[in-house]
Amino acid sequence: MKEKLRALQETIVQSDVWKSIFRHGYADTPRNRILMVASNVFLHLHPSKLRRHGLTLRYTWCAGGLTFFFFLVTVVTGILLMFYYRPVAEYAYNDMKYLQFDIPFGMITRNMHRWAAHAMVIMVMLHMFRVFMTGSYKPPREFNWIVGVLLLTLTLLLSFTGYLLPWDQLSIWAVTVGANMGKATPGLGSQGPFSEQIAAWFGIATPRYDAGSLLTAGTVVAAPTLLRFYVLHCIFIPVVASLLMIVHFWRVRKDGGISGPM
Amino acid sequence: MATDSKQLPEVIDPKTDKVHSWPHLVRAEFLCALLSLIGLMVWSLILDAPLESAADPTKTPNPAKAPWYFLGLQEILVYFDPWMAGVVLPSLIIVGLMVIPYIDINPNGNGYYTWKERRFAVSMFCIGFLILWVLLIIVGVFFRGPGWNFFAPWQPWDTHKVVALTNINLNMFLVENFGLEFLRDPIIAAIFGLGLIGAYYSIGAFYYMVKVKSSKLLQDLGVVRYGITAFLALTMFALPIKMLLRWFFNIKYIVTLPWINMNI
Ligand code: HEM
Repeated sequence: MKEKLRALQETIVQSDVWKSIFRHGYADTPRNRILMVASNVFLHLHPSKLRRHGLTLRYTWCAGGLTFFFFLVTVVTGILLMFYYRPVAEYAYNDMKYLQFDIPFGMITRNMHRWAAHAMVIMVMLHMFRVFMTGSYKPPREFNWIVGVLLLTLTLLLSFTGYLLPWDQLSIWAVTVGANMGKATPGLGSQGPFSEQIAAWFGIATPRYDAGSLLTAGTVVAAPTLLRFYVLHCIFIPVVASLLMIVHFWRVRKDGGISGPM
Repeated sequence: MATDSKQLPEVIDPKTDKVHSWPHLVRAEFLCALLSLIGLMVWSLILDAPLESAADPTKTPNPAKAPWYFLGLQEILVYFDPWMAGVVLPSLIIVGLMVIPYIDINPNGNGYYTWKERRFAVSMFCIGFLILWVLLIIVGVFFRGPGWNFFAPWQPWDTHKVVALTNINLNMFLVENFGLEFLRDPIIAAIFGLGLIGAYYSIGAFYYMVKVKSSKLLQDLGVVRYGITAFLALTMFALPIKMLLRWFFNIKYIVTLPWINMNI
């Protein structure tokens, strides 16, 4: 019996199909350890070898890695939510109720999306804090710090745009508080400094055409805002953030791996 | 192909202290991800995401709170007008963070935790992050109730709590307490207020001029880097200064410029 299984295994592993997918054996050899990482597109984000120092949890807190992990969780759960949610003021709130009470695993999917988003915000702040504390933004990693700051901003915006989507009292008023700030932009907001002058001279910075209405698609948070935030939340910001994350991870490697004492 | 799984002895390159990412790094990441996923699932099983009643543009809740990560900024709204608290300061935070690697030319402390070798950088960052960001978020989340009044977490929210608003602008404060009658005039008051702010920022310039001869650090830093650092630091400290002025003297604005709709 054991013999037969072995023979079967050998046949499978030697077949053209198998060999076309897996380019190397599984035996634990130094060569295979490197191929494991180098021949896998996802694992290839890693270097094939790294300093032991970079592994210590006490050093990185795994904060950057966990930020990315929680991002992935929101992507997966977010796609599931998109099957049931319509970004239209008449439907959105009812879709949330339907999702929570009628869809199998709807509630836990929503919870995981929500809490993973919060966890991502917490982790990205912790990650920035640890990168600062270890001085890891110093040469040669200056640019990656800048990419990081952009990612921090995008993470907050991602969370903020998502906050509106349930279309309940909590979400529209929380977003109103934030979106009202757009109206106060100096020179570009209808209630900001210089607004009267700019409106008189250039015809912009009026309540209908100012930085606030650009954000909320109108003078107040209303149905058009919902669609705008939905597109930003589900497409625009995730795509930009993903691109920047690719750059970020690439640069971690190109800048010599995780920082450490010289 | 060989499929036996003989354990490979630990391979550590003694020169570079390097190990293979597979399995060492991948295993650690996998474990981190697994534990976090379990934690997230437990969290999601015991605590439901909030869903209040349907949106109603005619019913403004009191207080209307922004998402928690913006409550630090909303807290700043108590002390600064929206154009500062909501636009200028957040932009300066983002730009300020981005320039850190270029204004911090101290080569020490790259790749390890240290306080002794980077006292200034670490203390500035901790004041900014831990106090002016994290602490203000905690205040906003747990200590603010209706009317954005201060409530301890165990106090019931009293919607009718009235806190007498006796805030006055700096010029009137000086008129009333020190008899500086000429500050009643809005134009003189505006010039005076702008002058004060100018004086505040020139502290940075004076410090540079006095110290640059004797300080190797300032010479290495150069006037541009120093100028940016001083500007950012002074702007950061403007917030606690304005808080103190409000708490102790009920000062509302340092300067009001009604002609361009701008108050500081
Ligand atoms: C979506 C947000 C982000 C993700 C997914 C992310 C992910 C990562 C990961 C996985 C690493 C590897 C080391 C580690 O885990 O600590 C890393 C390193 C780094 N990150 Fe981020 N990061 C993000 C945001 C930021 C922010 C906000 C900053 C700074 C403002 C930043 C600056 C850096 C720097 C300088 C490194 C190199 C650190 C070193 O070599 O020790 N990142 N990032």
